[in-house]
Amino acid sequence: MAVTRPLPRLDADNRPFWTGGAEGRLLLHRCQDCKSFVHPPRPVCRHCLSEKVVPEAVAGTGVVDSFTVNHQKFHPAFEVPYVIARIAIDGAPGVYLTSNIVGCPADSVDFGDRVKVTFLQQDDVWLPLFEKLG
Amino acid sequence: MTVDEAYISGIGQSEIAVKQKRHPLLLTLDAVREALDEAGLGIGQIDGVSTYPGRVPAFLGFSPVGADELIDALGISARWYAGGGEITSQLGAVVAAATAVRAGLARHVICFRTVYEAAALARPEEYPPLRRDRVDGHSQWFAPFGAISAANWTAQYAMRHVKRYGLTREQLAQIALTDRANACRNPRALVREPLTMDEYLSARMISSPLCLYDCDRFTDASTVIIVSAGDALDEVRCTPVRIAAMAGTVERHSWDQAEWMACYPTGAELWKHTDYKPADVDTVQLYDGFSFQAVAWLESLGFCGVGEGGRFIEGGRRIALDGELPLNTFGGQIGAGRLHGFGFAHEAVVQLRGKGGERQIAGDPKVAVATSGGGPLATALLLARD
Repeated sequence: MAVTRPLPRLDADNRPFWTGGAEGRLLLHRCQDCKSFVHPPRPVCRHCLSEKVVPEAVAGTGVVDSFTVNHQKFHPAFEVPYVIARIAIDGAPGVYLTSNIVGCPADSVDFGDRVKVTFLQQDDVWLPLFEKLG
Repeated sequence: MTVDEAYISGIGQSEIAVKQKRHPLLLTLDAVREALDEAGLGIGQIDGVSTYPGRVPAFLGFSPVGADELIDALGISARWYAGGGEITSQLGAVVAAATAVRAGLARHVICFRTVYEAAALARPEEYPPLRRDRVDGHSQWFAPFGAISAANWTAQYAMRHVKRYGLTREQLAQIALTDRANACRNPRALVREPLTMDEYLSARMISSPLCLYDCDRFTDASTVIIVSAGDALDEVRCTPVRIAAMAGTVERHSWDQAEWMACYPTGAELWKHTDYKPADVDTVQLYDGFSFQAVAWLESLGFCGVGEGGRFIEGGRRIALDGELPLNTFGGQIGAGRLHGFGFAHEAVVQLRGKGGERQIAGDPKVAVATSGGGPLATALLLARD
């Protein structure tokens, strides 16, 4: 069996984010009062201090805002080289996810690439990875 | 001298090496002794201790000695102390100490940073890492995607500079080349060999655009800065250096939600606390755990505009030892070793006292900037011999 990636410890705040992929949904916390997104997920809105913050599904698409190609073997679960990217999430202004761009050569990723989420299940966690659109 | 201000008096440093056998508490003692000797102080006159990030049991190599342990081990009678990671970065420990002496809570505070990462990795049976099944906190947003090293986090900011502002590898190389050239003149530096542009450009990539020589490496050493109260300087033998301004500002405490690294607001904040201007600065000692961080600090502090850092250091003349703004004159962390922030304040004091020996900059320097931190961590100190 392949070595698993380092996985998050699930808790009350982060469980929707890390398990939404079981139903194919990318869930981000959102303030029901001012409609801002709250990421990392916490029970209070950093914009208006409302406590009405609940997870909501977003489209799961986004844009590569920045990226790096990692060549160093830091962990046995990852074959090098691989792309780490900061993805601006569509429909959730101000939210960026650090993730991997998969399903394409590492040297083919660039700023502005349109990407879509694809979930990788490991144990009880669904990691939101991204692949290029089109 | 102004009585209600804070000054750096003694400074000290242990041997800098990798895989040291000497106990990390004793490396700390080496640095303490040197600092006390320079200041002409006895351990009995020390009444405060400050450190970053305190003892870290999960990875003792990262921080094997805490403030409480040093107090007990050296028989210090402390009226004030602090140690912890949730501050503005490594030199935040100096900010805390300066604040304490200005408030009258202590007269002479030992600030220290001891690192033992190379030794701990080499001897895991003596310094066992804590096994963890899961990651949480900040790490959960990065480690599951193989973004395990701060190199990966910093690289994405650097890539943005490549894309937006045209930062080139040849420009970025000037940090490592300058560091390594200066390290050759520092008898304590870890790497005392010059680096050529060809070697830099042909080095293996770690996390694009950062190559091997853009990264510092694990080091075993201790650095001590003694912060003394303005009304306690009659007890001090060495030339005191005034902490003329300090800043540590963060807008989002995150490596990926923040649009800018915290050095940017911190650099702007620093100048609000002083009449000095960037043009008054004789030398800069800027955090370079990864080379790009030093470029970002140059921009943050207003030595050049945002996005102009690459062109500012192009060719390396301006930041060389005999340039208009000598940078990291001791070799930075890339040349002198990963002293983790404290090396920058140490060197600023060395230069302001004219004690740099072969690496002393010309022109009787009076004002220096020392910084620490990258990403959401940032501290800037303006130091003056005035």
